[in-house]
Amino acid sequence: MAVPEKGVKLLDFWMSPFGQRCRIALAEKEVEYEYKEEDLSKKSDLLLKSNPVHKKIPVLIHDGKSICESLIIVEYIDEVFPGKTNILPSDPYARSHARFWADFVDKKVYDCGSKLFKSKSEALEELNKEFICILKTLETELGEKKYFGDDAFGLVDIAFAPFTSWFYTFEALGLSVEKECPKLAAWGNRIMERESVAKSLHEPTKIYDLFCELRKKFVDA
Amino acid sequence: MASEKEVKLLDFGVSPFGVRTRIALAEKEVEYEYKEEKNLNLGEKSELLLKSNPVHKKIPVLIHHDKPICESLIIVQYIDEVFPSKTPILPSDPYARALARFWADFVDKKISQYALRVWKLKKGEELEETKKELVENLRTLEAELGEKKYFGGEDFGLVDIAFVPFTSWFYSFQAFGLLSVEDEFPKLAAWGKRCIERKSVAKSLSEPKKLYEFLSARRKVLGVE
Repeated sequence: MAVPEKGVKLLDFWMSPFGQRCRIALAEKEVEYEYKEEDLSKKSDLLLKSNPVHKKIPVLIHDGKSICESLIIVEYIDEVFPGKTNILPSDPYARSHARFWADFVDKKVYDCGSKLFKSKSEALEELNKEFICILKTLETELGEKKYFGDDAFGLVDIAFAPFTSWFYTFEALGLSVEKECPKLAAWGNRIMERESVAKSLHEPTKIYDLFCELRKKFVDA
Repeated sequence: MASEKEVKLLDFGVSPFGVRTRIALAEKEVEYEYKEEKNLNLGEKSELLLKSNPVHKKIPVLIHHDKPICESLIIVQYIDEVFPSKTPILPSDPYARALARFWADFVDKKISQYALRVWKLKKGEELEETKKELVENLRTLEAELGEKKYFGGEDFGLVDIAFVPFTSWFYSFQAFGLLSVEDEFPKLAAWGKRCIERKSVAKSLSEPKKLYEFLSARRKVLGVE
């Protein structure tokens, strides 16, 4: 029987906010790993074998065992790799609170945000309103706290951080996060001071360039 | 042990998400006050529900020491962490926990939306598409179960709790001519019967024939029949 390969590998795609969550978590825990960029138009055998159910990135492969779904990967990283910082708090109520808001980011932010990206000009105004509502709900939860986890950078911060790279593109679509949700914008600047976030996120202008390209192909065509 | 006043569950009879939380509380032998949101299907929500879950305004909500916890799988994990018992709902090994969370999430993403929609649809393309997705995903789930006693192996756990409420729908799927789980997914059907032998499941599941009556009435209102 083949001995499973030791070590940590991350199957990912550069601009995936879900992949970025994993990169931030691994960096927070100072875990050394091999990063493997996937061509999503031609998925590798390894990806298809490691995530046969969804066939999606990110996938974390740890000592030959694959873990899928970004928030599940982040919790796994927290449980397996001790570090100076815990991603989830130890109190069960605080943990359920963190999971609730991370789930909110998944259910509401990604869905509406990507609709916004793909929408034709007529639909933009309605979607903008909906998205602002979602962001304002998040901002209310953040309140005056330094991070969503209060003093500790945690699960919800990691869940939402990658979407801050999209703020520049939203601005181009008529949605200014700076203006509508200044606390959220300030939090976005604060988290960039963390090395784990700064090195995992991409330049907002890169996201914007890709967005323009995709829009030419699919929306304005 | 938790007294009745400490733990409250806001719920709605037929909700599979509510059933999950009832099973988890029963597994841990937690005493609690059950509060039915009686007119939820008429769009009426109590003040307590709106105050406890202002973001989604949905049941189930667990209220423990006056603090609300929302989203059924999050509630189940909270119950597991707070109320000790002989049987943990999640395993202790991190990889096994990740797998359990993955498959519970699969039930949420790939089964529940189709199961809860298929019975409402009139004949046509959308019904066929929904049926197709449901069947494909049940096939994947059955493959994951394989020859195991429970999804958790020897131990009844998170994935079993996530999916078992939907077994109440199997009778209706058959009666509405949509799908025979017994014929197409015998392993899942057998697993369902094994789960019902557990007291926590037997006392929490919606009674299939009662559910069928409820769904039939809804179908008439929706003009499906």
